[in-house]
Amino acid sequence: MLDQLEEVATQANAELQKASSAEELETWRVRYLGRKGQLTNLLRSLRDVPIEERKAAGARANQVRNTLEAGYTAKKEKLDSSTTVSIEGDKIDISLPGEPIQIGRFHPTTRAIKEICDIFISMGFQIAEGPEVEWEYYNFEALNMPAEHPARDAFATLWVDYHTPTGARPMLMRTHTSPVQIRSMEKIKPPVRIISPGRVFRYEATDATHEWMFSQVEGFAVDKNITMADLKGTLFEFARRLFGQDRKCRFRCDYFPFVEPGVEIAIDCFMCGGKGCRLCGNSGWIEILGAGMVHPEVLRGCGIDPDVYSGFAFGMGVERIPILRYGIDDIRLFYSNDLRFLKQFS
Amino acid sequence: MRVPLNWLKEYVDIDISNNELARKLTEAGLEVADIQIIGGSWDKVYVGRILAVEPHPNADRLKLATVDLGNRQWTVVCGAPNLAVNDKIAFALTGAKLIDGHTGKLEELKPAKIRGVYSEGMICSEKELGISDNHEGILVLPQDYEIGKPLTDYMGDAIFDIDITPNRADCLSMMGIAREIAALTGKPFRMPDLSYQESGKEVESLISVEIQAPDLCPRYCATVIEDVKLVPSPKWMQDRLTACGMRPIINIVDVTNYVMLEFGQPLHSFDYKQIRGQKIIVRRAADDETMYTLDGQERKFKHNNLLIADAERAVAVAGIMGGLASEVQEHTKTILLESASFSQAVIHRGALALKLGSEASSRYEKGLNPELTWYAAKRATQLMAKLGAGTVAKGIVDCYPGKPEKKPVSISERDVKRLLGFDLTLGEIERCLSALGLECEKAGAGAIYAYKPWWRNDINCTADLVEEVARVIGYDNIPESLLSSPLPTGEGSRLFNFRQQLREIMAAMGFQEIITYPLTSIEVLKKLSPEGELKGPAPLKLENFMSRDLEYLRNTIRAGVLSVLGRNQRNRDNNIRLFEINKAFIPRAKDLPKENEILCGLVDSVVPDNYWQSKPKPADFYYTKGVVQAVLAKCGIQADFVSGDDPSFNQACCADIMLGKTRIGVIGEVHPQVLANFDIAEKAYLFELDVERLFSVASKPLVYKAASKYPSVTRDIALLVDADVTYDNIQTALKKFSIVTEFRLFDLYKGKQVPAGKKSMGFRLTYQAADRTLKDDEVDGIQKQILALLSKEFGVTLRS
Ligand SMILES: [Zn+2]
Repeated sequence: MLDQLEEVATQANAELQKASSAEELETWRVRYLGRKGQLTNLLRSLRDVPIEERKAAGARANQVRNTLEAGYTAKKEKLDSSTTVSIEGDKIDISLPGEPIQIGRFHPTTRAIKEICDIFISMGFQIAEGPEVEWEYYNFEALNMPAEHPARDAFATLWVDYHTPTGARPMLMRTHTSPVQIRSMEKIKPPVRIISPGRVFRYEATDATHEWMFSQVEGFAVDKNITMADLKGTLFEFARRLFGQDRKCRFRCDYFPFVEPGVEIAIDCFMCGGKGCRLCGNSGWIEILGAGMVHPEVLRGCGIDPDVYSGFAFGMGVERIPILRYGIDDIRLFYSNDLRFLKQFS
Repeated sequence: MRVPLNWLKEYVDIDISNNELARKLTEAGLEVADIQIIGGSWDKVYVGRILAVEPHPNADRLKLATVDLGNRQWTVVCGAPNLAVNDKIAFALTGAKLIDGHTGKLEELKPAKIRGVYSEGMICSEKELGISDNHEGILVLPQDYEIGKPLTDYMGDAIFDIDITPNRADCLSMMGIAREIAALTGKPFRMPDLSYQESGKEVESLISVEIQAPDLCPRYCATVIEDVKLVPSPKWMQDRLTACGMRPIINIVDVTNYVMLEFGQPLHSFDYKQIRGQKIIVRRAADDETMYTLDGQERKFKHNNLLIADAERAVAVAGIMGGLASEVQEHTKTILLESASFSQAVIHRGALALKLGSEASSRYEKGLNPELTWYAAKRATQLMAKLGAGTVAKGIVDCYPGKPEKKPVSISERDVKRLLGFDLTLGEIERCLSALGLECEKAGAGAIYAYKPWWRNDINCTADLVEEVARVIGYDNIPESLLSSPLPTGEGSRLFNFRQQLREIMAAMGFQEIITYPLTSIEVLKKLSPEGELKGPAPLKLENFMSRDLEYLRNTIRAGVLSVLGRNQRNRDNNIRLFEINKAFIPRAKDLPKENEILCGLVDSVVPDNYWQSKPKPADFYYTKGVVQAVLAKCGIQADFVSGDDPSFNQACCADIMLGKTRIGVIGEVHPQVLANFDIAEKAYLFELDVERLFSVASKPLVYKAASKYPSVTRDIALLVDADVTYDNIQTALKKFSIVTEFRLFDLYKGKQVPAGKKSMGFRLTYQAADRTLKDDEVDGIQKQILALLSKEFGVTLRS
């Protein structure tokens, strides 16, 4: 039995080598692998082989069949292919263009958000997100900005045409990502480390430096013993990871109603190295983050005792990063979705 | 705000460089946006006196002026109309840097021959010196300037342009900034002397004040000046106003502006004769009460407006704008001066409702301490007296029903350590606060009480005090540390990561990500149905919107994606593959809208250019379905595609993507009319998938299945099938045989070789058992059963 098998195998292999057309190959297939082919017949006769021989013979038979099938497939592919360089051994023109495989790209805002969030995620922060249509309470009141607070003037608001029976108009397009602070702290108790990317909206006429829709990343950390030194260390580390380890950072007092003390963080201008240029408005510094210690009233409003817990919060504009990095001179390019613009960001 | 350093030096000594001062102020929260140096280039400009003026021998319009600089006399050619013998002037020598009157650029002065006369030096105009834009004549200096002295001795200055945050209305003033500088540089602050000679009648005999709305007006101070002489204010006052960017007008007005700049408190002057009944009443407006304001407009008020009235009528909108009837005019003989405090809210509301913003209202809106009013009233009266603007009455009417309680705020060493992260002794804390003018007292062990000073309004809690301490210590001196608190638990980032995975697979398949606006118009949404009807839930409307195109919150994201395709086809971009992950807003009763996050993909069918090896084929429904199936496979989801009827699609080529009974998306060829509505030239295929639904299924736990250890058998069969039998029919039947582990349609044929009304479907079936090697006759048997089932259910036969 085994001898017969070997004989068929050798013969089949030799004939396969010689086959030079699809017809010859098909004849070969029918002769050996077809329903009444030589190998098929041998396989069928296995059941007549004594049991002690059958195992070895069966294994070998399957092996031969697999080899012949593989050989058949390879030969068929070779014969089927119509490439211009089919002669084996010929040197191909490797300079010919490869197949034009189209690649897709992320929107530059997506890339920037991912980059920012990845840095904070590596520092133990987690993502939280909030709605783009928000209650006035979360957007303003809970952030220590009651009605007629002068700081509200900085947030030209788009109001939704929705009125309560009492005539209040409580629904708006969120003007910043800070409402997520409140929504998160209402739900989860310290320790909290949240980073929250999202789109925000303002009632604003657009020009090269103003867009009514843009993106922010909000972040905050609340626990016992979180200090302004932690804020400074964490955000300086972030700034250096994003803009380069040799960047100098500036830490100065600023005002936002929902933090106290308030902070603004700037990096030295990477264009002029701090001497002053058009990019940095001649100041040598580029502002990148607003931050501060979460205001005790904000903590209290979320049911967190400000005498026990403290925390810092920060917010930054996202489009600013690609604008600075790539010298984009018109913010309206981001959401006009011209592919000639978008395709540049691989 | 423009802040001239010379003015500040009246209150505090400054002995550090401009740059260092700017750095300190900026660090402490008062951002210096710009420093304008007046006289920075004046090193060759001196005070001179005109000795003689003679006609130019060759030009009628020009003159020859002889100028005395003390040590030497110079003769120069000059064309100014206001040359006058004996006037003191600013004289620039050759080499001085002056602003060219025509080009506006800084240029070096060179000797010149003007119409045959040699001229060395120049008598300067304000514009040439960079003080103002005035170039009509030369600058005439006061007579007490000493001849030969550098002009910078008298007129050099640095003007800081400072951005003031809305919490620090007190710093919208010279004294506010000077106090900050004093605290930051460790210098004492000098309060100006406010005393003056009162020579007129008792003020109470001239005017009385009644506050009917003490909740909106905590304090109202008034003084009266009689026998007013309206003349220009002195040069020093005019110069300071000019340096701050205000136009000098007349003594009375200039004094009120000067005091506002100095103290930060707005003042208002009335023509006393027009105040009927010698009485000021501060009250809420009656509904529909009207009054003409200074700008000549008739204004109508509501009950929540605050008015200043006399015994009979309204005379001003409190804190916002004066009334026309009580305006100070040229013939005004007596003036009533108001220095009052109003609630932030009433001014903010009023200015907004009346669309009237003023310098005064913007200050009131930010919150001013009522204590300021008395100081400002006193200062203004003093200056009126000093300038001889009139006879000032004795005393000041001071109506103060809303005097705030003096409330201490406590701060301890622990508070500083807890919030700032470093140690300060109580003594150091007290030093910082005292430097800013806060009164401090002991409040038990390790803590002090601090009281806010009369000029500030923004210190109300411990955190506020901590910030004051940090500002004086310097934010630069706060150490850096990394978070050491325990890591939070939870898995908040999963949806974000899932969305990112979707983006990655879409991009890998050649799709470009776009981001479109959430606001749209009804017209655009109507484009989504061939009949031009609005489909889906009625979208939410905005109350205020920037333009009609941005009036509604979209209820679907596909309109934005289609618009982008239309626009980019016009740029001759071809083979466009777009995707967006964004939100559609579905209104809900008495709640925020549901924000449905959708992955939308769009494929055009423009034929790509030939590749040298092959001809690419245009994308079609099955390509797009392949993309969706890849996304679903990535999520580990097997969904069904069932015939759909979404009106945006060609109804012959549209499917709902179903997960059991839940619709998770839609796919199809975009309806030709819809394509036309969006200016899309060729066929296009669009799909949508609900991201949250995908996420909820994709995040289910996965269970590993071992691959069979036994060999598989493949068989090809060609089926002859009725044309109306679908692939899905066959598939459903094949799935009933669990031993068929895989089946693949490799050929679909209709035409000559098959009978009419039939099609041929070639399937490759893979048979495999988990527990044994399949024998041929077993496979034959199963295949017979399969054919029997297909034959019974769909009349399928084997093609020979
Ligand atoms: Zn620069």
